Amino acid sequence: MTRELTCIICPRGCGLKVEIEDGKVVSVTGNSCPRGVKYAEDECCNPMRTITSTVRCEDGRVISVKTDRPIPKAKMFECMKMINSATAHLPIHIGDVIIEDVFGSNVVATENA
Amino acid sequence: MTELVIIGGGPAGMSAAVAAYENGIRDILILERDKALGGILQQCIHNGFGLHKFGEELTGPEYAWKYEQKVQELGIPVKLGTMVLDITEDKVITATNEEDGIFQIQAKAVILAMGCRERSKGALNIPGTRPAGIYSAGTAQKYVNRMGYMPGKEVVILGSGDIGLIMARRMTLEGAKVHAVCELMPYSGGLVRNIEQCLNDFNIPLKLSHTVVKIHGRERLEGVTIAKVDERRKPIAGTEEYIPCDTLLLSVGLIPENELSKSAGVSLDRITSGAVVDQNRQTSVEGIFACGNVLHVHDLVDYVSEESEIAGKSAAEYILGQNQAEKVHIPVKTDGKIRYTVPQVITEKKDISVFFRVADIYHNVTINVYDDKQEKVFSRKKLKVAPGEMESIVLKSAAFENAAELHFELEVN
Repeated sequence: MTRELTCIICPRGCGLKVEIEDGKVVSVTGNSCPRGVKYAEDECCNPMRTITSTVRCEDGRVISVKTDRPIPKAKMFECMKMINSATAHLPIHIGDVIIEDVFGSNVVATENA
Repeated sequence: MTELVIIGGGPAGMSAAVAAYENGIRDILILERDKALGGILQQCIHNGFGLHKFGEELTGPEYAWKYEQKVQELGIPVKLGTMVLDITEDKVITATNEEDGIFQIQAKAVILAMGCRERSKGALNIPGTRPAGIYSAGTAQKYVNRMGYMPGKEVVILGSGDIGLIMARRMTLEGAKVHAVCELMPYSGGLVRNIEQCLNDFNIPLKLSHTVVKIHGRERLEGVTIAKVDERRKPIAGTEEYIPCDTLLLSVGLIPENELSKSAGVSLDRITSGAVVDQNRQTSVEGIFACGNVLHVHDLVDYVSEESEIAGKSAAEYILGQNQAEKVHIPVKTDGKIRYTVPQVITEKKDISVFFRVADIYHNVTINVYDDKQEKVFSRKKLKVAPGEMESIVLKSAAFENAAELHFELEVN
């Protein structure tokens, strides 16, 4: 089976052609760097996404957060539920862990407050 | 007298300030109208910034923080909450804030780094009522990401620029239903990766060659009528489709914010809506420089930072009287398929990076540069060029040694 993908690892957005046999990636073409191969393999077997969102602070304002590594794509909305039910405690520095252990990642602050 | 005044504390202004400092200028002042540095990056909480510049994937606030820290470390003074009202050709800046009232500063050099703003719905001329629920995509982004408000639940987005695509995903993740992204052109102006991860991931339809032809609802938006358009971008009768929605987001282009440049007497480029500049990003007024989205709209902040380093370094050399390069005056012209170049004029004999944008999607092209004697001084093949992706080439000084003019032409094979 051949799958055509757009690599989302960087803004270049390479068009990838992926050959899949028995659920395994056997070849990737169209990539400009090795990260394209890794992306194609993940995307075909276990697609992952980094989530960026905001968490409400105890004083009512919101601060921006991200998962510090990609999480399974199928878990995006569950991850959003956890993010939206959390409260962040001030003061906050970039990189502070706001929620631990979210589908193999930590939700960390991406701004200071 | 202040040696260097920088108007705007976003990525362009901060990067220019750091570059000027590193090139020997100590008397710098950044004027920023917002309450914090960072500009539009503060609300761009998605990731994808900094891959080119820092080799890591950062969110907007994280990218801005890297520069804000540098500005702080170097002790570069910043006035926040400060609105610049006027700049004269003699570089007298009139500004106002709560603390100082209205005040004036005489600058030796000025860097314009005011960024851009979104094209408004007024510029679109969509028939129908004018109910609540219609926002520019950037306004909605500020509501959701900075203020924690959701503008609506049932959403249609007009325009497939990157902000529109990013907001389609953001609204979806926050529980809204995005019914469609309509794009007037037969292609999206956004990055392909954003079409993939912001639309395809959530099965949001991208309707190319479609536009909104009518707005419905009196107090609050109740729906929009969309229709297919022909090659001349006119709606085709019989293709109308009604979509009920409470929110319409507009992502229909960005315009450099050049009111202050005009008051300073800076010549503007009709295509970019930004200043006409030379390779040092110096405008038509000596000692006034421009960089970032106020000069021309960029795809990536990484390129804004790079351009602003050029402006900051050049402003430093201007202030210190260090620029010894041989002076020339070579206007750079384009053929229409290439819409514009930055710089628009070359004034020194040295190797120069020229940035440009094309008018349409073209495949199998050759980028040719000719001098005024029709001699080809540069040529490079490319598989594909698109309006949404800025291109750049490096012109060696030897290439334009004897040129009185340079012509950028796109040959479609």
